[in-house]
Amino acid sequence: MSILVDRNTRVVVQGITGKEGSFHTGQMRAYGTQIVAGVTPGKGGSDHEGTPIFDTVADAVRATGANASVIYVPPPFAADAIMEAADAGLPLVVCITEGIPAIDMVRAFDYLRDRATRLIGPNCPGIISPGRCKIGIMPAHIHAEGRVGVVSRSGTLTYEAVHQLTNLGLGQSTAIGIGGDPVIGTNFTDALKLFQEDAETDAVVMIGEIGGTAEEQAAEFVRLHMTKPVIGFIAGQTAPPGRRMGHAGAIIAGGKGTAAEKMAAMREAGIHVVTSPADIGARVAEALRK
Amino acid sequence: MKIHEYQGKQILAQYGVTVPRGEVVTSRDQVRAAVEKLGLPVVVKAQIHAGGRGKGGGVKLALSVEEAEEIASRMLGMQLVTHQTGPEGREVRRLLIEEGLKIKQEFYLGIVLDRAISRLVFMASAAGGMDIEEVAAKEPEKILKEAIDPAVGLQPFQARKLAFGIGLPKETLNKAVKFMMGLYRAYVESDASLAEINPFLLTEDGELYALDAKWNFDDNSLFRHKEYAELRDLNEEEPLEIAASKHDLNYIKLDGNIGCMVNGAGLAMATMDIIKLAGGEPANFLDVGGGASQQRVENAFHILLSDKNVRAVLINIFGGIVRTDMVARGVVEAARNLGVKVPVVVRLEGTNVEQGREVIEQSGLGFVTATSMKDAAEKVVAAAR
Repeated sequence: MSILVDRNTRVVVQGITGKEGSFHTGQMRAYGTQIVAGVTPGKGGSDHEGTPIFDTVADAVRATGANASVIYVPPPFAADAIMEAADAGLPLVVCITEGIPAIDMVRAFDYLRDRATRLIGPNCPGIISPGRCKIGIMPAHIHAEGRVGVVSRSGTLTYEAVHQLTNLGLGQSTAIGIGGDPVIGTNFTDALKLFQEDAETDAVVMIGEIGGTAEEQAAEFVRLHMTKPVIGFIAGQTAPPGRRMGHAGAIIAGGKGTAAEKMAAMREAGIHVVTSPADIGARVAEALRK
Repeated sequence: MKIHEYQGKQILAQYGVTVPRGEVVTSRDQVRAAVEKLGLPVVVKAQIHAGGRGKGGGVKLALSVEEAEEIASRMLGMQLVTHQTGPEGREVRRLLIEEGLKIKQEFYLGIVLDRAISRLVFMASAAGGMDIEEVAAKEPEKILKEAIDPAVGLQPFQARKLAFGIGLPKETLNKAVKFMMGLYRAYVESDASLAEINPFLLTEDGELYALDAKWNFDDNSLFRHKEYAELRDLNEEEPLEIAASKHDLNYIKLDGNIGCMVNGAGLAMATMDIIKLAGGEPANFLDVGGGASQQRVENAFHILLSDKNVRAVLINIFGGIVRTDMVARGVVEAARNLGVKVPVVVRLEGTNVEQGREVIEQSGLGFVTATSMKDAAEKVVAAAR
């Protein structure tokens, strides 16, 4: 089954004619993802390396039956692109863009509140169901088909974890990067809920980091509702307070959002927390043996 | 990005938020003119990017021109130490001299992004003038909050709820609402990421003032606020971090002796963590970016090696879309160009990893290759001893 994306996902690429959008469209298509349309305002009616281009997302959806979008547009225009995709009725929108102003995202998040669109990201690597569909920028070849779900706020650290799993013969049902910003569309709890309901997922890896309280909320969900084993890691155990560690959302503010607090809450909830990022894969294998 | 109190107050004043009359001085000579303009008494306030200035001796009342001059000459050039500056303190280069006001009561106002609900939240408290983080930890019920609907913004009824809630006298109600609405507008229109008025002051004669202003901007929004981007004070930042930011590198200096260069923020934090677990201390956080091109690696090396504490370097690159043999060649070239002398442990993973390791091992630079993150951390900790 996997979650959110599979072989039936039909993707429209917003910002397809930009450098990033163009490159990753090629990568996604090479993996087997159905890329059905691109959107670049003003270039509608043209063609980009075999993909038809439309002026608006609504036009693209009407003409091609796209049911997901991926956004590679620059930060000043990205929140607008998210809202356009939601207005076009797309059930899934994946926003890769890093550097969107926080207030723009507060407004876009509010716009999505009463609409049936799930946003993943922004500032994320995207989502992949190995062997079925890849939407985003992650290196496909490190993934393998299997039954472990992965959800993470980070990019390359997710690749590290996926790589460990694959090397141990543990494939993935779906891996989602939810993004490193303070305002994101899909949080840990949302993803865990989907993995819990997915018949083809046996265990979930959850990779958090300093800042905010999303991990604590997810731990509470795990305690109350999860029957599948969850393996967790928190990056930033050595991060100094008050400094933004690369990601806009990775900051210990007012003494809150430390790795220690998150790890304690997760352990309390029965999550298998590893202190070393090198132990993620092995701990999943151990949890699955039990 | 942080700015100084006096800069925050200049922004507030543009939005109709009342602030005390004040003058900025950078030398003792300017004090007399400032005091004569403001009238006595005055308050002399050191301008540095850190809280806790009062306790550190950075805020003083002066009853005469001579006293103000005396205080100013003592403060200017001093290393002001507060709980937020670290033991070395921050050099005071500017003072804000303000009219002295007759304090009746001190309150607190603030706006932050509440990540749990993805909305801005307006906070108010009668426990003003105190460390608000401490109030939040010990007596959270003393902080009132109003979540703001982004479609309509802060509404006057919400401001009234807060004003009554913290016990402002009803005669000040209209002023309080105007103050709070102005504060909210300033926050949104300047793309702030934190605003705190602590204390928010009620005077004996029933006036309201922002007696202090803590103002941070959202770095992601500075592209549309050129006038605010110019307020950046490089004197308040670590020189190596300024150099890194010029190369568009994400670098944060820490106290250890193991330099690290990593692609991706999460992996960079995790690399710091595993160095610590292996018994070492990271010298920095550095995200060299997804591509880790030769130019970026060279710039990153340059920054890392400028930190005299660094005794060994760990490079941890997860090559995803980029091939690791390309990254390896860039690392070798960069190290050769710079004549890197300290031990370097390189851990590459991803596409073409075998060829990548070969490039490192055959470089003749004496680099140590590592396979896993654990292996890399153990090797670099041993090398730093």
